[in-house]
Amino acid sequence: MAEPKFRVCLCMFWAVCPKDDFQEELVIRPLHSGDIYASFQFRTLWDTDFMRENKVSHYRLFPKSLGQVISKFSVRELHISFTQGYWRTMQWGQPFIPSPPGAELWVWFQDSVTDVDATWKELTNVLSGIFCASLNFIDSTNTVQPSASFKPLGIGNVTDHSFLRYATLPREIVCTENLTPWKKLLPCGSKAGLAVLLKSEKLFHSSFHSQAVHIRSVCQDWQCKTTSWELRQTVNSVFDLHNSGQAKREWSLFKMFSRTLTEACPLASSSKLYIDITDNPQGEQFELSPATSLLSQAVVLGDRRTFSVYDLTQETTFGSVRSLNLLIRWKSNEGEMLRPLLHAERYVAGYGLQTGEIHTLMYNNHPYRSFPVLLLDSVPWYLRLYIHTLSVTSKGKDNKPSYIHYEPSKDRVKPHLLEMLIQLPPNSVTEVTVQFERALLKWTEYPPDPNHGFYVGSSVISSLVPSTVAMDTNSTRERPLFSSFFPCKEESSYFVRIYTEPLLVNLPTPDFSMPYNVICLTCTVVAVGYGSLYNLLTRSFQIEEPNPGLAKRIANVIRKMRGVPPL
Amino acid sequence: MAITEVERRRGQLAALSIAAVVIIVGVPLWWRTTETYRAWLPVSQIKDLAKLQLHLSADVEVVFALDGDLLVQFIILRLQNMKPARYETKYRTATIMEEDALKKPTAAEADLSLHMLSESPCGSLVVYVIPESSSLLPEDVNVYIGQRRTALVRISAQMRVGKTLEQLLAQLEPRIKQVLQVMSFSHTDITVALSDRVRFRPGNKESIADSMRAFKSSPGYEITFSLLNPDPKSHQLHWDIEGAVQTYIQPLLTKLSPLANFSIDSQTLYYTMLGVTPRFDSSLEAYTLNADSLAHVINPVEARLGSNAASSNPVLNFLLYVPDIRHSPLYIHDHRKQEVPSNAFHSPRWGGIMVYNVNGFYGSETEFPVHVNINMAKVMGVFLAQLRLLLGVQSLSPPPGFLVAPCGSTGLADWELDRLMWSRSVENIATATTTITSLAQLLDQIGNIVINDNIAQQVSSAVTSLQLAMAELEVGNLGFALQYSKEAILASEKAFFDPSLLHLLYFPDDQKFAIYIPLFLPMCVPILLSMLKIVSEVRPLKVQIGL
Repeated sequence: MAEPKFRVCLCMFWAVCPKDDFQEELVIRPLHSGDIYASFQFRTLWDTDFMRENKVSHYRLFPKSLGQVISKFSVRELHISFTQGYWRTMQWGQPFIPSPPGAELWVWFQDSVTDVDATWKELTNVLSGIFCASLNFIDSTNTVQPSASFKPLGIGNVTDHSFLRYATLPREIVCTENLTPWKKLLPCGSKAGLAVLLKSEKLFHSSFHSQAVHIRSVCQDWQCKTTSWELRQTVNSVFDLHNSGQAKREWSLFKMFSRTLTEACPLASSSKLYIDITDNPQGEQFELSPATSLLSQAVVLGDRRTFSVYDLTQETTFGSVRSLNLLIRWKSNEGEMLRPLLHAERYVAGYGLQTGEIHTLMYNNHPYRSFPVLLLDSVPWYLRLYIHTLSVTSKGKDNKPSYIHYEPSKDRVKPHLLEMLIQLPPNSVTEVTVQFERALLKWTEYPPDPNHGFYVGSSVISSLVPSTVAMDTNSTRERPLFSSFFPCKEESSYFVRIYTEPLLVNLPTPDFSMPYNVICLTCTVVAVGYGSLYNLLTRSFQIEEPNPGLAKRIANVIRKMRGVPPL
Repeated sequence: MAITEVERRRGQLAALSIAAVVIIVGVPLWWRTTETYRAWLPVSQIKDLAKLQLHLSADVEVVFALDGDLLVQFIILRLQNMKPARYETKYRTATIMEEDALKKPTAAEADLSLHMLSESPCGSLVVYVIPESSSLLPEDVNVYIGQRRTALVRISAQMRVGKTLEQLLAQLEPRIKQVLQVMSFSHTDITVALSDRVRFRPGNKESIADSMRAFKSSPGYEITFSLLNPDPKSHQLHWDIEGAVQTYIQPLLTKLSPLANFSIDSQTLYYTMLGVTPRFDSSLEAYTLNADSLAHVINPVEARLGSNAASSNPVLNFLLYVPDIRHSPLYIHDHRKQEVPSNAFHSPRWGGIMVYNVNGFYGSETEFPVHVNINMAKVMGVFLAQLRLLLGVQSLSPPPGFLVAPCGSTGLADWELDRLMWSRSVENIATATTTITSLAQLLDQIGNIVINDNIAQQVSSAVTSLQLAMAELEVGNLGFALQYSKEAILASEKAFFDPSLLHLLYFPDDQKFAIYIPLFLPMCVPILLSMLKIVSEVRPLKVQIGL
């Protein structure tokens, strides 16, 4: 309550209201497997319009480098994520912000952009410089334009997907060099606030790590008269019970991050730490210390969750030691996690190096409701899909997709794009299979270490899953950041995006010294053929007289000595 | 016997015809298919350019506003003996309107009304010679340099009295030369601009520093103002950068817009520390930064500044550093341990840093954070001076007896802009010539490089623009010369950095042989052997015939 008042007096002091706002948040969810899930979100809101005539050039909290990218490339929405490890939906439930292994980038451009492909190419190069990542390897062979799966998450009902580009690099390795530029985008850097916990030596020792940047424009008020730009930076990581936790079911901030919290970022208007205690209402599962009386409820991912809240802007949170080291100690390891309503897996079947089959399994665990899912598959051109073998079966019966969008690949130019809208019957497994043939690459097209195999990006499954509780559709109401990422249009369902495992496919690889051998061999063959022909043409043939015998020759020698004519 | 002879001849003929086929068809075919494509380049013109013979000329008008009969003779004579090497000097008397203008009460007003009468083109100068009786100039001032492209020169009384024309002119000449040195290009300017091409030995350290300080000529510059707040917990800073840029920086940049495109942005960076810890000076009760340690200040800050994502033009950084509460106040000391009055320093070809102390805002019971509204006039005064230095607008001290009009709201007099344009055109021409000649040399030395048509086209357009720029400089069209020199630099850089030049660069000869030998050795050895055999058979025949 005190906060708005404070803002008002600031406004009077400056005569201009601060037009930007920064919030930070960390959610910790103890998982039943004994692992622990930590999700950081940092949000910068800025009431400005990058597409104005005179360009925006004075930055305060919003990072300058990203602002320049937005205005130079006329970006409407930009989502980029770098992930190491695979999110195990069955063990961990749904993440707040999903991401596929490797790097993922999808961008909506403004409709003022005339040459989208050229802008996209340039944008990926600039981003690869900003994030020190190999995004410059994004080209037409791994870029697709999904027709339905990736709608803008911000305002604006754009349907012309020619302004959308989507690409993944499943082989991208994420490490410190990507985290450092990411931290530089934060107003407080890693010097104060929640970001002090982001130390790479611990973070990259986890079993799942994902960092992302999401830029979009959002409404300022419920009428949506004015818009502002939102920059959301997130880090999601799961610390493994055995690897990081020494197999003890006891977690603390220090054990996870090797740091404790001492202050909030002074620039943040809100700085909060949430602990998910939904499964632990009476403290029978685990205990928290220091305890907090502040509780908060939020509807997130179709479930009403309860959180203990630590407000870092309050001095009392840090207690007498002036440092917050939250401790979660498990009492019992009983209890079952609610099975996620939707999850999926994928694998390659077949043998040999000529053909194969991609299987995608989608599980609907809802006991009585069926719901539709959008499946997006982007397969590189060197796996030649036999689209006539595409089959979708649920419960042993053919399940005809109500919408299929297929763009065939072009060798060395563009990948396959397959999008399908499939109705998943209740409590069922739906299997999508398609056969493919492996192409032979040119010898210069093989990457280093080709025997490792070739990655095929994750399938993307987007769906509106029926919710058990009423969702909050008011997008501008003050809510915790983690529950406000995906916009919610109706109360009865919530949006979920799931990424399957990326595939690793072996392609036939040649012996790379072969070209030289071939040259030598053909040249030798040519030389031998040519040599004999040359001989035949240039030699003169004549009948040879038989050689005189040895006796005759000796006789001739003797006769010569005697001065008699030879025989 | 005859049959074997026929056979032998047939064999010889076969060998000869195979050799002929190999030479006439095979070798050209091999040559054509393995040749690298090299478009034609204007090599001889590039060689001419490499000599870099620049002729600069500026139009100078000397207008006499003297009374008396002498003047008529002046104009008739149009003396040729006073001919500064590079200035095209014209003499004429003042028109009636100019006379009127010169009767204004002050020099500044006269300057303005003269400007209204006729606008002299870029690069040219008008020198008005006024009698001593004129009240325009104060007592001890003999030369007044206006804001535009005019100067007023006063002739003293003894100069006029009973002298011949030649004598008077001879006396006037050094004065006019001085004026031109100040207002137009001078020898040092041009040498500095050519420093990339010509190794010049400057007389003193000062001029080295001058020449190193300014940014190299570029078609565009990014100017970034950064407010560094290492302690956001104690200081809440507010700067009205948008208004300050509009008021102080934009007029100068508008004036400089013929030179280059400028774009301005600003950012606020928190928790940014300087690279050195300031030392506490108990006598001053303040922290100090020594001139020696300033070199180490920038590096850690620069990592946070971020590069410009949207362009590749050089960036001019201006940092305003507000020291944190534990290191406040902070003063910069120069080499003589004296406090620098502006509390700022600049780094050549990088930008400037100013330290802004806010300890005046701390009261005895101040509640933190302290709200500070930064005085932008003070800050921008310093940054503007640094910007002028970094852009190469030298403010040289005029010779005695000279009065330079204070530059107005634009911050830059017309003749200062002209000076800058002279040296920038020369620098651009020098850079573009260097790029083009080194590209030509490189292409000449490495035969493997493919020269595509687009590169050839870029090279020829660069050469054409260079020739045009030099021609324009020769006739004194400064504006066009600068324009052409910019085009030349763009085209030459585009050609030089074209990625297609690198395609076949790495194709060493030993690998080529490794691929050719398996084919060529078995094919050529029989041909050669049979040729030798034929030759050795023909030669004894000849010997026999000769006998």
